[in-house]
Amino acid sequence: MAGSLRWARANLFSGVVSSIVTLTLVYLIARALWGVISWGLVHAVWHAADGRACNAASGGEGACWAFLGVWGRFIVMGRYPYAEQWRPLLVILVFAALLLASCDRRLWSWRIAALWGAGLAANFVLMLGGVAGLAYVPTELWSGLPLTLILAIVGLAAAFPLAVMLALGRRSSLPAVRALSVAYIEVIRGVPLITVLFMASVMLPLFLPEGTTIDKLLRAQVGFILFYAAYLAEVVRGGLQAIPAGQYEAADALGLGYWRKMRLVILPQALKIAIPPLVNIFIAGFKDTTLVTVIGLFDLISTASNAITDPQWRGFYVEAYGFIAVLYFVFCFFMSRYSQALERSLARGRT
Amino acid sequence: MSEADAPMIELRNVHKWYGDFHALKDVSLAVKRGERVVVCGPSGSGKSTMIRCVNGLERHQQGQITVNGTELTGQPAQIEAIRREVGMVFQQFNLFPHLTVLANLTLAPLWVRKMKRAEAEDVAMHFLARVRIPEQAAKYPGELSGGQQQRVAIARALCMRPQAMLFDEPTSALDPEMIKEVLDVMVELARDGMTMICVTHEMGFARTVADTMVFMDEGAIVERAPPAEFFASPQSERARLFLSRVLSH
Repeated sequence: MAGSLRWARANLFSGVVSSIVTLTLVYLIARALWGVISWGLVHAVWHAADGRACNAASGGEGACWAFLGVWGRFIVMGRYPYAEQWRPLLVILVFAALLLASCDRRLWSWRIAALWGAGLAANFVLMLGGVAGLAYVPTELWSGLPLTLILAIVGLAAAFPLAVMLALGRRSSLPAVRALSVAYIEVIRGVPLITVLFMASVMLPLFLPEGTTIDKLLRAQVGFILFYAAYLAEVVRGGLQAIPAGQYEAADALGLGYWRKMRLVILPQALKIAIPPLVNIFIAGFKDTTLVTVIGLFDLISTASNAITDPQWRGFYVEAYGFIAVLYFVFCFFMSRYSQALERSLARGRT
Repeated sequence: MSEADAPMIELRNVHKWYGDFHALKDVSLAVKRGERVVVCGPSGSGKSTMIRCVNGLERHQQGQITVNGTELTGQPAQIEAIRREVGMVFQQFNLFPHLTVLANLTLAPLWVRKMKRAEAEDVAMHFLARVRIPEQAAKYPGELSGGQQQRVAIARALCMRPQAMLFDEPTSALDPEMIKEVLDVMVELARDGMTMICVTHEMGFARTVADTMVFMDEGAIVERAPPAEFFASPQSERARLFLSRVLSH
């Protein structure tokens, strides 16, 4: 107690100006905090027959969580058939389990790849159905959180190996490989994600032969993968360039050969260096999946926007978007915390 | 010439340029099996470049380099075959910082020689014992002193059971009190009959182990003689000047 008083005096009240700044900030923070508590808890309404009743009960002073009671499930699961919604719920749990399992470094070998392969296959079957007594659910009905997670997790998991290959290609001694990698990365990076998605959804079908159709979700997913591979590649390249030439030479001198040199010596070190910017892009990518709403995929943003158009419950923007903001935050915060833990645990083997 | 007399490493009229800079000028050198060659000369004289050409870390543009009967051409498969048989120790150690000492030593035997893990670890511990640091096996390179790191680097090269070893100024990056522990290991290696080409400024070491001294200046081999002869009566003015500088203190 005495210690924290001394700390406060030294850091918060060291002079007249700093005391004034401290008090002002404390006042502003307290007010904002009180505003949130008062709106979200004190004046909040938890049960109501419809939006009008809810607004009347809160007097416009508080949140109407009753709205989420009615529409929350739709925002999360979207248009997926109501009776089958245990399937996407299971998919979410499988994704969570895969992510948690990936945190265990003892599994980092072929096991984790096998686990992911099995998990993704299981999720695909669960979502699509049509086998093993599961009703077929076309991809147009995949929506909400499961769709967001599929786009983000499958997208980034597939973009990452592609990015590593592109980064290696960009530093290759073979001119053709290097030129192709540079061209790919520069072209894709020079284009906004939204144009890539439009290309995938609107332009691509025009180039395909009459009668062939590729699933819209698949097209968006591939566009997302190709886009993020280019960004991740540049981050991986940054890591590769930070590795001293002596490491390459030592691996060469042992006769490891190119692929083993990269896999066993260079990439483990380069990717470790690249963890903070990689996670940065992972987080940005996760949130960028919201752009698929412009090509008509029904992700979390779309389900939320759709929910607030209900005539019975019109206009609960803050509740709806606040709810999905919390969902996004949970995932992004997990990624951020995990990357910090990973950096700490990898810190030992460093000169 | 019979198989046994054929040189283990042979450079014939080797030239190398970096752009316009003529780094190696008509270098010819034959190293017999079991021979210890010490290369000295002022900095920038091409010593390191020469031994780095021997295992293909640098490409020569003219002339022939033959190692153990295999000619070093641009083909990756050939270069890798030669690298498996020729160990190299660098000035900056170049241990792999993300791997433990033991993993540094077993990496190439496991992946290149396809040894079983138990066998690779036996070999690794054997050589760690020879460089006198078996107790450091579980540590990371960053936790060792410079001298210990360089001894691990020597053991790492030996784990591949090479037929020859190249040393590129192995003690130049070390604090003075650690030089001896590394040189002792190298002397022992020389006594065991390892074929060695060693670039170094340690003239005491050269006197002890060298069969042949090679003096280089400005990219060319200026003198080649047994150490007794080389140190007693260097033939060229440049070698005399160099020796007076490195031996003056």
